[in-house]
Amino acid sequence: MKKTTNNKQQTTKLTEEEVKHVAKLARLTLTPRAVKKFQKQLSEVLDYIEILKKVKTKGVGSTFQVTGLESVFREDKVAGPSLPQKEVLSGSKSIHNGMFKIKAIFE
Amino acid sequence: MELHQLTIKEAQERLRTKKFSSLELVKSCLGRIKKLDSKINAFITVCEKEALEGAKKADKIISHQSSVISHQSLLGIPIAVKDIFCTKGIKTTAGSKVLEDYIPVYDSTVVKRLKDVGAIILGKTNMDAWAHGSSGENSDFGATRNPWDFEYVPGGSSSGSAAALAADMALLATGTDTGGSIRLPASFCSLVGLKPTYGRVSRYGIIAMASSLDSIGHFTKNIIDSAIILNITAGQDSYDATTPRTPVPDYTKNLKKGIKGLKIGIPKEYFIKGLNKEMEKKVKETIKKLEKLGARLVNISLPHTEYALAVYYIIQPSEVSSNLARYDGIRFGFSRDRFADEARRRIMLGTYALSAGYYEAYYLKAMQVRSLIKKDFDEAFQKVDVLMAPVSPTLPFKLGEKVNDPLQMYLSDIFTVTANLAGIPGLSIPIGFIPSASSGQALPVGIQILGPQFSEELLFQVGYAYEEKTQWYKRKPEL
Repeated sequence: MKKTTNNKQQTTKLTEEEVKHVAKLARLTLTPRAVKKFQKQLSEVLDYIEILKKVKTKGVGSTFQVTGLESVFREDKVAGPSLPQKEVLSGSKSIHNGMFKIKAIFE
Repeated sequence: MELHQLTIKEAQERLRTKKFSSLELVKSCLGRIKKLDSKINAFITVCEKEALEGAKKADKIISHQSSVISHQSLLGIPIAVKDIFCTKGIKTTAGSKVLEDYIPVYDSTVVKRLKDVGAIILGKTNMDAWAHGSSGENSDFGATRNPWDFEYVPGGSSSGSAAALAADMALLATGTDTGGSIRLPASFCSLVGLKPTYGRVSRYGIIAMASSLDSIGHFTKNIIDSAIILNITAGQDSYDATTPRTPVPDYTKNLKKGIKGLKIGIPKEYFIKGLNKEMEKKVKETIKKLEKLGARLVNISLPHTEYALAVYYIIQPSEVSSNLARYDGIRFGFSRDRFADEARRRIMLGTYALSAGYYEAYYLKAMQVRSLIKKDFDEAFQKVDVLMAPVSPTLPFKLGEKVNDPLQMYLSDIFTVTANLAGIPGLSIPIGFIPSASSGQALPVGIQILGPQFSEELLFQVGYAYEEKTQWYKRKPEL
């Protein structure tokens, strides 16, 4: 077995299986070569992110947004005319009877 | 001086006094695009016919009722729009082949506001696909070149906007800044680049990258122009619930107020090993100059700065993976097969960070450190009015130099992501030129001025005080 302890840069954070799994979750198709490339590149970024382990965050709140705005409401009435059907469909290559045609969800 | 070299302010005055027509001005910019864009590649789409028609219309209004100009402050002024802003009837690609043929049926709020005051859209500018990148090289429509030296990148992701303006192809170019995408190219191309406070300018109709970080701004040749444009774009929008009702001042009003007694903080964490020495010298000279103009300098520490890029590279890809999930090729655009490598990397990184078992270790942790970074700024602004720091650790780099090393590319944003995480505004201004080590070619350098949320007026004052003495914007690339 090859020794890997001398490798300066640890790049084994993500396995190939994990890369494939994540790609599947995100509905991306990868060639075997791309899997190898992304495994290395994503692992490097994840290694870099490890630096956050040094920060003590016990009891620190989370910042999900910076505006401080909460429960933004508007008057309960129609904001304006909606787009006509023709315009709504104008960008689609997948139309049937004036509606978007999507892939089957159940076989 | 040729017409395309004018600032917005200069063009406004001369159009009003009929020194020239909008048609002449628009033709001058279109001529510039025709002459140079085959080399620079700043535009993905040029709307020549529509722009010429718009100019003729503007001229009619000017000749018949010159009083309208005061209400339509950009009447007849040609502008360039980053290809991430939806433009009704004009193809909008976000720099990606996924949206290669997407023609929006509505305008983004910013585009609508600019059109409402009479601006003429010349075209849509090139960019790193989905605004992912620091160099412009991630565009699916070819890299953009820096007008100061074609061997160098113009900075990204608003690469085409910066290059178009630096080459005088337009009088204004819009941009978006999620981690530095306005400030970095502004500094690489010797322009004024404004990243407003998060929420100051509506995000409606702009293709989302990372929704808690995306800030909508612009590139201009000088400070006055930047203030003129913010007057138009800023303010509450019922289509974007993150735009508060905070009043919008006249940003041009107090520009010349001066900076006597103003306290400028120098954050030591931005002057680290790895910062280009010549740049450091330039940045420090600039700060000294402001001291001479009456400012007081204060040493400041923002202790969590070193963690900002790591926080950014969790939050940003997480939000990217969610935002890009909607591109399914059904309602518009093409299928997900067309995502190029950088978008795939970020989608996968985000999907991984948000997936079961990792959420707390990555996303939640990043959100907590984000609080600490924001707190650093809050505390600093108790002691000083603004902060000044380098925009990037290096000068513009060469095309191809970092393209195969994503992490190195990400590190270009190490000094800019902090403002996005804290939601504060940042203004990048030109501070001169440094000969590159390899070719000796003079390359632009910028500095960023950071202030508390909604302090854009103050940032403009500081920028103006410096610009008035130096006028770097008058220097043009030889093209």
